Amino acid sequence: MSGEAYWLPVIFVVLMGVAILIYAVLDGFDLGVGVLLPMGKPEYRNIMIASIGPFWDANETWLVLAVGLLLIAFPSAHSAVLGYLYLPAFFLLFGLILRGVAFDFRAKAHADYQNRWDRCFKAGSIIASMAQGYMLGIYVTGFSGGVLAIGFGLLSAVCVTAAYAFIGACWLILKSEGDVQRWAAKRAKLTAILMIIGVMVVSGVNPLMSTEVFDKWFSLPQAFLLLLIPLLCAILFVTLFMYLRHFPYNNDFGHWVPFSCAVGVFILCFLALAYSYFPYIVPGKLSIWDAASAPESLRFILYGAAVVLPSIMAYTIFMYRIFRGKAQALSYY
Amino acid sequence: MLDVFMLSRIQFAANITFHILFPTITIALCWLLLFFKLRYDRTGNTAWMAAYRFWVKIFALSFALGVVSGITMSFQFGTNWPGYMETVGNIAGPLLGYEVLTAFFLEATFLGIMLYGSNRVSNRLHTVATALVAVGTSLSAFWILALNSWMQTPAGFEMRDGVAYPLDWVAIIFNPSMPYRVTHVLLASGLTAAFLVAGISAYRLLKGDSSSEVQLTLKTGAYLAAILIPIQIFVGDIHGLNTLKHQPAKVAAMEGVWHTETAVPLQLFALPNEKTQTNDYSISIPRGASWILTHHGDGEIQGLNEFAGEHPPVMPVFWGFRIMVGVGLLMLLVSWSCSLQLWRRGKIAPLWQRALVAMTFSGWLATLAGWYVTEIGRQPFLVYGLLKTADAVTSTASGNVLFTAITYVLLYIVLIVAFLHTLFYLARKAVSNDLEPLATTAKEAKL
Repeated sequence: MSGEAYWLPVIFVVLMGVAILIYAVLDGFDLGVGVLLPMGKPEYRNIMIASIGPFWDANETWLVLAVGLLLIAFPSAHSAVLGYLYLPAFFLLFGLILRGVAFDFRAKAHADYQNRWDRCFKAGSIIASMAQGYMLGIYVTGFSGGVLAIGFGLLSAVCVTAAYAFIGACWLILKSEGDVQRWAAKRAKLTAILMIIGVMVVSGVNPLMSTEVFDKWFSLPQAFLLLLIPLLCAILFVTLFMYLRHFPYNNDFGHWVPFSCAVGVFILCFLALAYSYFPYIVPGKLSIWDAASAPESLRFILYGAAVVLPSIMAYTIFMYRIFRGKAQALSYY
Repeated sequence: MLDVFMLSRIQFAANITFHILFPTITIALCWLLLFFKLRYDRTGNTAWMAAYRFWVKIFALSFALGVVSGITMSFQFGTNWPGYMETVGNIAGPLLGYEVLTAFFLEATFLGIMLYGSNRVSNRLHTVATALVAVGTSLSAFWILALNSWMQTPAGFEMRDGVAYPLDWVAIIFNPSMPYRVTHVLLASGLTAAFLVAGISAYRLLKGDSSSEVQLTLKTGAYLAAILIPIQIFVGDIHGLNTLKHQPAKVAAMEGVWHTETAVPLQLFALPNEKTQTNDYSISIPRGASWILTHHGDGEIQGLNEFAGEHPPVMPVFWGFRIMVGVGLLMLLVSWSCSLQLWRRGKIAPLWQRALVAMTFSGWLATLAGWYVTEIGRQPFLVYGLLKTADAVTSTASGNVLFTAITYVLLYIVLIVAFLHTLFYLARKAVSNDLEPLATTAKEAKL
């Protein structure tokens, strides 16, 4: 295989990977804020939701892009993956629907209903995060099925939810002040510990699931280079805990540190997973070349993507700049 | 017992029925918001800004409901209709991809600025953000309708080993039914938003809110409806002729023509009977259908008998069409009468205000009826003449699909109720806000 029949699927799997990574970071923090939403502290909730208000909708669009790219570039993998994951995909969507609408209803419905919609927002965020984690777990086991895989899926569900709550707490440290910020710092510590456990378990199970993955990680000489991934991960977590130990600081010193560490950890975890499975799109079953659509279709969408994706990046950054700084109560119109 | 096929169809129908309600509002409502904003920028009249602030809330709510139900559909192609992407993925994929790339990000990103950015960006940038969201929603409609039209009238491709490969993207996007369908749906959105705005404004007026904001939005809605409805009737007619040319079975079902004949009557009322292949209890106008479809009283129309085993179920298509046309004629009557009163006397009589309130969701009804005609009318095909719906369905266990179908339907019912409840709650709240200053002045006058 050579030429564009080789390269187009590679380009598209990279694009899809980038979309998934951006999704995990961006929707990760707003799902996480939803997971953390304290029902007992109504005064925190408005500021927490204000901190994600202008962003959540665009963040979720990265999921549409990721699924869209899977569907465009690898249609048979799209059908296979979603066929295996019929019920978890349903729970993911159910959660996303619930939280998406609750977000808007809470601000517009009668004040008596606000608590109820906030509860829906929290529940929806938890359901969506757990469903994503479960799907990741089942994917890692190569859709092998059985009790063990389901157990692993459930563990992964808890860990991904913890990871989202962690990046959500870090986002709140960045975007809030005073009581909310101190509260978020405590949550960040707790969820970081959960996430570390999760990352270690997944890293342990992942190579045991297939000899191919095992060989990729533990054969020399690349093993030395790959050692960098867990090493960097450890450095980021240590930095985080050292920073949080003396929190809060004067003048909000380094309020961006936890979120940066969280993004770094997300990138490293993503790289590790991507390295484990490339070039498979369905682990052990379907490679990107088996599943790719016709080159004439990929070429047509690639021209557009080359023009449009950079402008999407540009106006996304522009939007984050407009809403930089601490979140204020939302003035709605 | 329903099988996976029927359950998947019910689930997808429920999903798309729920979904289409909201884009139908937001596509046109966003252009109306831009209009309100531009009027405010031009005249400085704060009533226009008040109108913007009220309607942007309803826009945001509708938008959120549209987004979350739209995401669900992009998953359901894979979960319930794997055969669809496996057969025509090479065509459908890029069209959906362009929708995400050119429309979804644009609207979702600038929506944030539109909703929450007015104290962070200049007034001009806020107007630009509103315009970009409007462009985004319309672009989204363009791409998805290009794909839907391609499924009705496929063009610009070839089949190799049972898989469609693109030959000519211009022919694929601008397929034979696409220009008509896009125009028809965009006008439907305009009418839906116009009647929604007019209806809610009339509701506020009847509740005693006579602020200049309500007067302006009432006028905007009524006039817009009055302008769009004759255009829509004209476009609908040529869209029907286009369908006659490319999908004669659909038109035969719409008109209840069982056997090919000349001088076909127009059925005003009938119960199509699939068993006897006749129309029971028929009330009809002689030669009417021939006049409408061939513009000639003796014109010949192909009957359903020529598509034995491959024609759509007649009853829903037949009645969907009649409901759509009936609502369209009511729209014409109400919007013209109200506009005439506004133009002559500057106000609408209370009875006609109530008629506007009753017509608040007429756009939804007509859009759904029309959508059912076109989608059920395509059956038994998913892609007309190319892929049967039954051949695309998932092999997932029917218990799974039963569970998800029931949950989706229940969720959608709850959300529709919550939406309507919130819509009228917002309207009543706006009324009491507008009345409060008056009450205060009255109190002060007493003191």
